This record gives sequence, C-alpha cells and structure tokens, in this order.
Amino acid sequence: MNVKKTYPWYFALGAIIIYFILCFLPGVVGLFYSLTDWNAYSKEVNYIGFKNYLDIFKGNSQYGTFIWNTLTFTLVTTILKTVVGLGMALLLTNKLIKLSSFHRMVVFSPQVMSYLVVGLVFKSLLHPSTGFVNNFLAGVGLEFMKRNWLTDLHLAFNTVMTVDTWKGAGYIMVIMIAALQSISPTYYEAAGIDGASYWHKFRYITFPLLKPIIINATILNVTYGLRVFDMVYALTNGGPGNATGVINTAVYKEFSRGNYAMGTTLSSVLFIFVLAILYFIIKAMENKEVDA
Amino acid sequence: MKAKKTVGALVMNIATWMISLVVLIPLVVVLLNSFKTQAESNSMSLSLPAQWMFENYAKVIEQGKLIGSFLNSFLYATCSVTLIIILVAAAAFVLSRNTSKLNRFMYYFIIAGIAMPINNVALMEVMKITHLVNTRVGIILLYAAVNIPLSLFLGYGFINTIPKEVDEAAVIDGCTPFMLFVKIILPLLKPILSTLFILNFMTVWNDFTMPLYFLSNSDQWPMTLAVYNFFGAFERSWNLVSADIVLTLLPVFIIFILGQKYIVGGISSGAVKG
Repeated sequence: MNVKKTYPWYFALGAIIIYFILCFLPGVVGLFYSLTDWNAYSKEVNYIGFKNYLDIFKGNSQYGTFIWNTLTFTLVTTILKTVVGLGMALLLTNKLIKLSSFHRMVVFSPQVMSYLVVGLVFKSLLHPSTGFVNNFLAGVGLEFMKRNWLTDLHLAFNTVMTVDTWKGAGYIMVIMIAALQSISPTYYEAAGIDGASYWHKFRYITFPLLKPIIINATILNVTYGLRVFDMVYALTNGGPGNATGVINTAVYKEFSRGNYAMGTTLSSVLFIFVLAILYFIIKAMENKEVDA
Repeated sequence: MKAKKTVGALVMNIATWMISLVVLIPLVVVLLNSFKTQAESNSMSLSLPAQWMFENYAKVIEQGKLIGSFLNSFLYATCSVTLIIILVAAAAFVLSRNTSKLNRFMYYFIIAGIAMPINNVALMEVMKITHLVNTRVGIILLYAAVNIPLSLFLGYGFINTIPKEVDEAAVIDGCTPFMLFVKIILPLLKPILSTLFILNFMTVWNDFTMPLYFLSNSDQWPMTLAVYNFFGAFERSWNLVSADIVLTLLPVFIIFILGQKYIVGGISSGAVKG
C-alpha cells in the first residue's frame, strides 16, 4: 500500500491554511509591529527598536503590574483549582457519599457557563449595597464581614481569583475523577491487607498514579491563567486603578485607545513566554517523560 | 468503630452538601431575582418573590435584542463547529496515518495553538487585509481557526486507536482515498466527532472576546456580547439583568443536560488518555 497515495497531504490543507492565517500569522506579524510606533492616529508606522519592551520592563511601569498580576493569577488559580478539584474528586469518589452523581453534576455545572456570564452573576451578587453576599452576611449577624468585594484595592484581586476558582474547579474535578476511577482497586486492597492507613494509601498509591493527570491539569490551568480576559473584564475591567489588570485586559485597553503598538507588544511578551515553555507543555500533554 | 464510621460519613456528606450549595446558591439567587419587581430585586436574597413577575422575561427579550443575538450565536456555533469537524477529521486522518517528518511537523505546528495566545491587535490587521472584520463569515472562520488545535489533538489520538488494517483491506478492495475516508473512517469517528461537536459548540457559544474585538455592528452580536451590553445599560434593574442572564444560560444548560455523557467523556479522555 502506497502511504503517500492513500493518505493524500491535501486532506490536511484546510486546517493548516485557516490556522496559519488566523492564528500563527497574527502572532508573527505582532512581533514585527511590536518594534514600531504603530497607532490609530497616524498612517505612518516607524521602526523604533525595542523601545516598547523597555517601556514595559523598565522601572515601576503600570505594565509591570499587569505582568505581575497575570503571573500571580496563574499561580494562585492553578494551585487553588488543583487542590479544590482533587479534594472534591476524592470526596465524591468515596463510597460513603450519598447522591454523588448529583453532586458531581452540580459542581461541574459552572463549567458550561461562559466566563463572561459567571462574571456578571458575581458582579451582581457582590455588589456592596444591593448584592446577595453582603445582604446575607448582614442577615446572619456577620455585619462586620461586609466588604466592598470588587472595589476594595486590596481585596478585589483575591475576589476575582476566588470567583475564577468557583468556575474552574469542577472541570479539574471531572478529570481527577476519571483518573481516580482508572486506578485498579486491587492496589488498595493489597495495601489494606498490609495495614496501610488512608493517608499512606493516598501518599504511596493515589498520588503517584495521579501525577500525569495533575501535570495535565496544571498545563490546562496555566495556559488558561496566562490568557485570562473575560472573567477579569466582566468583574472589574482591571480596576480599581490597575489592581486587577492582567495582560489581556491591558491589551484591550491599549487597543481601544488606539495604542496598537503597545497592545501588540504586551501580547508578544505573552507569546514569547509561552513559546519558551511550549516544549514542556506539548511533552506533558502527550504524557511523556520530560527529559531536557 | 462502627459509630466512628457513621460520624465520618455524616461529616463527609455534610461537607459535600456545603460545596454543592456554594455552587447552587448563586444560581438560585439569580433565578429567583429574575422573577421579582425592580424594588424587591434591589436587595438580593434567597426569599421567594412577593409577586411573580413573568413579564420581566418578555421585557428582556424585547429590549435585550435576545432573539436576534440568539440566532447569531446559533449561526456562529453551528457553522464554525461543522467546519471544524470536517477540517479536523480530514487532517487528523492523514496526519496520523502518514507520519512523515513534514506531517509530524504540521501536527505539532497546529497543536502548539492549544497553548499559544492569540495576538488580537495584529489579528485585527490580518482580518482587515482579508476583509473578514465585521463580517459573519469572518467570525465563523476565526472560531474554526482558534478551536482547530485542541480538536485536532483529540481527533488524532482517536484515529490512532483505529487499526491500520482497516484501511489496507479497503484499499485492496479498490477504495480511493476519498472513499476510504468518507465511507470507512468517518463512520468509525462518530464518537469523537460527537464529543468535538458538543465541546466546540459550547466554547463558541460562550466566547466573548472575538465579537468584542471583531464585530462592531450590534446586529451581528452573539448572546454573550448582548448580555454584557444589557448589563451596562440596565445596571439599576437587577431583576431584568437576572432574567437576561437566565435566558443566556438556558441554551447551554439544555445542551449540558442532553449531552452530559459526551462532555464529561470528552474532557476526561482528552486529559487522561491524551
């Protein structure tokens, strides 16, 4: 059988062309534009070298805050979602839990909602005077815990990350449940006969066998976290001040101001960063040992 | 010992209920709020509406341009998902069967898109040059492009589970490549294609970023952008905002309940088997 003839290359052409033009090309074009002063107000585009990058990384610019926030967001939500997701998966695969498939469905359900709508739901629930959360706290006598959840400079970012975890943890839970169910019960039986405690079983059986999945979940969470936009845009739009601004909300802001060069430079910073870790991401996705 | 176990089970069940309530209560509050009068909805609570205002929904459908935006969302999702499925099935088929160096490169080149961020500012320039900006065709092609990488990754993994002997037998019987693909391979791909259909449908339905950048005409807006705008315009009327949110969530929840098997199965197989 002639492999080349049986599997003609042009079958893949459609996917490649459309992906090349609309995903890859903008990334590369964006890199070139990041070296210019491209903006909405003049037709001329001049080469200015690495000035945009220097503006981002020099001193205490607001852009530094956006990059720092993006990294914080990625790290914190990844850890929260993994811990909460794994905890719920362990709980909901326990035989002592009643109605576990109902609970699984409930915890997973935010996953099918759009980030934007979840953002809007919580924006209304967390409204300082009319929102449900503050009303509820006052109602049960915890008046002192009322906060300006989304407008307090020190609190807003934590609120955003918590809401994001509320939405995303169910997804990680589903993945973890699938992985837990693929572990053969004979391991646990054998360990039980040897007198292993619950903790020992988790530490020496469950955890090592879950490792590939935890790596996968981490990849999912990290690539999501670095690119986060909808959730922050809906909840706070980067405010108060720049307290909750991340790279992609900043890109949109620069874009709407006509400051295209800065928008594309910020995007390019993210592009280069992900490119640098891409090898590890793809290796991990294919469940292979990372050997580099 | 037995008493201790019962107490343990009780504690665990209570903890589970607490977690489920944390997820459910926000949604229930919004649902209840959508039936209240404006005055009552101004202090959000878990209480039942004093007076059930079903007309909130009629008002929202009219003022929020919901029917038009629903049709837009539906159009974008169905068209782009159909395109994704055709392109991905064909590409996954040849790329996984003929693993030449070039094909390996092409495969990795595309699935890199799972992680790579999109440069929306530069994409605007590309969309302008190709005359795709502010057009329905443009947004459909764009949705296809950004969702191809993950779909290809899942489809590729699935085709590898179909034995190559199937192809060989078909070729010996005189199948052309096109017939082999349409008559033999496609029917075998049905499970993964159903999963891709539902997952991509929900991704496209829920997307907000693409229309925000690339559709400036409100007649072309999908539901997410329409609800966001409605939220901005009616921020004082929480009852109407809630009703709008409920209506936006309804379609995906229906799909979720009908297609739960494919959604959960697709997510799990994507991550567990890779």
